[in-house]
Amino acid sequence: MVPLNWYLMLSAAVFMIGVFGFLTRRNIIIMFMSVELMLNGVNISLISFSHYLQDLRGQILVFFIITVAAAEAAIGLAIIIALFRNKSTAHVDEMNEMKG
Amino acid sequence: MNNYLLIPFLPLAAFLINILLGRNFLKEKAHWVSILAVAGSWVVAVMTLVDILAGHKINQDLYTWIVSGNFKVSVGFLIDELTAVMLIVVTTCSTLIHIYSVGYMHGDKGYYRFFAYLSLFTFCMLMLVMANNFLQLYFGWEGVGLCSYFLIGYYFDKKSASDAGKKAFIVNRFGDFGFGLGIIMIFLTFGTIYYEPVFAQAGGFANNTVNFLGYDVHLMTLIALLLFCGSIGKSAQMPLHVWLPDAMEGPTPVSALIHAATMVTAGVFLVARCSPIFSLSETALMVVALTGAITSLFAATIGLVQNDIKRIIAYSTISQLGYMFLACGVGAYTAGVFHLYTHAFFKALLFLCAGSVMHAMAGELNLQKMGGLKKYMPVTYLTMLLASLSIAGVPGFAGFFSKDEILWLAYSGPSPVGKFVWLIGTIVAFLTAFYSFRLIFLTFHGKFRGTHEQEHHLHESPKFMTIPLMLLCVGAIASGWVGIPHLLGGGAHFTEFMKPVLGHPEGHGTHAEEWMVMAISVIAGFSGIGLAYFMYLKRADIPVKIAQQFSGVHRLLFNKYYVDELYSFLIVRPAIWTAKNILIGITDAKIIEAIVNGVPKAIGIFSEQLRKFQTGRLQHYASIMALGILIIIALMLWR
Amino acid sequence: MLAKLFFGYYAVVIIFLSLLVITRKNPVHSVMWMLLLFFHIAGLYLFLNAEFIAAIQVIVYAGAILVLFLFVVLLLNLREELQVERFVGSWPAGLIIAVAIFAIVVNVIRSFVLAPPGKYSIEYIKEATHTKALGTILYTEYLFPFEIASLVLLIAIIGAIVLAKRKTRSH
Repeated sequence: MVPLNWYLMLSAAVFMIGVFGFLTRRNIIIMFMSVELMLNGVNISLISFSHYLQDLRGQILVFFIITVAAAEAAIGLAIIIALFRNKSTAHVDEMNEMKG
Repeated sequence: MNNYLLIPFLPLAAFLINILLGRNFLKEKAHWVSILAVAGSWVVAVMTLVDILAGHKINQDLYTWIVSGNFKVSVGFLIDELTAVMLIVVTTCSTLIHIYSVGYMHGDKGYYRFFAYLSLFTFCMLMLVMANNFLQLYFGWEGVGLCSYFLIGYYFDKKSASDAGKKAFIVNRFGDFGFGLGIIMIFLTFGTIYYEPVFAQAGGFANNTVNFLGYDVHLMTLIALLLFCGSIGKSAQMPLHVWLPDAMEGPTPVSALIHAATMVTAGVFLVARCSPIFSLSETALMVVALTGAITSLFAATIGLVQNDIKRIIAYSTISQLGYMFLACGVGAYTAGVFHLYTHAFFKALLFLCAGSVMHAMAGELNLQKMGGLKKYMPVTYLTMLLASLSIAGVPGFAGFFSKDEILWLAYSGPSPVGKFVWLIGTIVAFLTAFYSFRLIFLTFHGKFRGTHEQEHHLHESPKFMTIPLMLLCVGAIASGWVGIPHLLGGGAHFTEFMKPVLGHPEGHGTHAEEWMVMAISVIAGFSGIGLAYFMYLKRADIPVKIAQQFSGVHRLLFNKYYVDELYSFLIVRPAIWTAKNILIGITDAKIIEAIVNGVPKAIGIFSEQLRKFQTGRLQHYASIMALGILIIIALMLWR
Repeated sequence: MLAKLFFGYYAVVIIFLSLLVITRKNPVHSVMWMLLLFFHIAGLYLFLNAEFIAAIQVIVYAGAILVLFLFVVLLLNLREELQVERFVGSWPAGLIIAVAIFAIVVNVIRSFVLAPPGKYSIEYIKEATHTKALGTILYTEYLFPFEIASLVLLIAIIGAIVLAKRKTRSH
């Protein structure tokens, strides 16, 4: 039997790789993929909790997370397209309209 | 027996309807809402009076207004004999004056506004008299002051009118400040501001003193005098009387309702309502009596020489209010309230007649340009004559009974200043008769002294105006009949009716003395009328001669003892100087502007640094957010 | 022992693939590695007796979302992408933050204690079948959130169309 902690460690590792990607990549699409990575990291821990606690509600939560991820991907990618159309770039460090 | 609630709330509803819908929907029909509401109030008030006569009494809390610690105030109603009389006075005058206004204000551009304010005033006045605690009284008190301000400044595009409104409001502040302090003192002393417990406990504090500004002051005297401050302001007594004559800038129905019949009598009502407190302090009563007496004499002498028809009646009002305070000051609260009640009718009538005259004269106010109006406006003439007979104290009319009762109780009462104020009261009775008939003779008798155009224009007023005149005239004649003294074979029902609230005034004197006092006052009244007749009809050259002979006195009286000028010198100009030089020059320019300009400058410098955080880079924001999460988790773990 | 071996394989591959996803210069490669990553995660789900979720993972994530990503990547300018710097200048800061949070989380995980297990044991699920058990909960206890999720998707559809629509000047 694999201990729960291993799964949680794995989940944390995936999540943190996502965080790292989000904080460091210039390409906005890769940043977006990093967000998906973070969501998957969370999903892993929820599924493993569901298994170890013998409670299906963890899986329900994952179900909802996937729903939201799909919605988020649709909206986010639409935003990226709109952005690219206006700026002709997908690099976030080239967009600084919000600079004070 | 809850329908008494309709009395104040019908006018409130009328106000709301008129102010919200008047401009766009009701327009020329605005008066119907108000008249129906106030007439409804009147009907309920009469029903309530019948109930009170049957011996009922209402004291009910309707709604908890404020609860704070042991300070509790409700919107509550107390209807006893005193309130019932005030209700009748207020609703009757208000109804008739509402009707009169239909004719008088016809075609005015703020028609709906006028009726809205008039109804709001009625509501506030009714809240004032129906209150069962001091704070609600204060609410009504300020409410009527506010309406008074609105209505004095009704013609707000006229500078003198808006100035007069401000003057009334500001002068009243002086009095109301004292009144407010009085209510606070009552709360500090009794721990409640409801009438019933306060008056019930008042006797227990009769000998207490309180440290006030370093002196030990008799507690009840202090409270009574602070409350009386409010009365002085609202009822235009010396030295805060200056606002009332100027208040005549408002439309005449307003002068009749607010500045003659109801609002200005609120001060008398307050003293009567607080009679259990005032009775405990001889000093306070003496102050009340002397203030009343001096004011009445003072205002009456000014009234002798004025030429503005409304101002004469305004000074007459001040003088009669002084009379009421005189009565209260000698302990004859019932007589004071009785005079309040009769005065409301004949003084409202006088004002409405004056309004009718103004209507015919196209707004002319100067007596010297009138004359001979008798044949053009018979109804106005007759009703005004009867009202003047009433105020002059001609036997049989309402004013006679109330005035006689005041004078008799002043003469025979236990007050140390009783004899003195009686003397002044008698002199004032003479002066009142004189100036009232001077007004009648100059306006209605003799030859017309105005322009030809005005003469062509002369006409009797429309039915909407004359009918209220006639109805009020009935009141001016007959309202006194409920209080015919025992001496004349009457039952003195009014005094008996008021006894549970105001107590029974004691007069010690023989019947012979009572006859003598009555005779003297009647003689004073008749000689006043006679003198006016002689001076203004028989020998019209005499007044001019007298004015020349005593030009100094005449000028002093004509300029109202220069009180306005004195205030201007002592208060208004220093206040304006301070405002200009200190407030604008130093506070505003050096302090406020420095702060106002300095703060943005400081913010500018600060934000100049702060904006460097706003790099516009998505990842910087995300990093800072992640860092924040890191810190929060770390704090939660190793707290 | 075998289970641990399996887990070890999956864990190593998942972490490795994750790193590949966020470090590739070419976004198309990233998407491809991510596809592989999602299949591995789905495998891990199967390992945890979550067949239904594993199926969704493959169908929705790998099938739908990643294809969407691929489309968008292809719309953008790839040639330029291959020549420029892939990380922002302040990447060490990001690394430090990520490692710090990871350290803290790992620290917390070590002190985890399991709560008593619930009623959905493997035997129970076997008897009821996994999808049916999940559906029962979803349509009873979570009916309201489920309806809201549908609303979220609807808004996403409309929002995506509105945002991505080319603005045409109409005059």
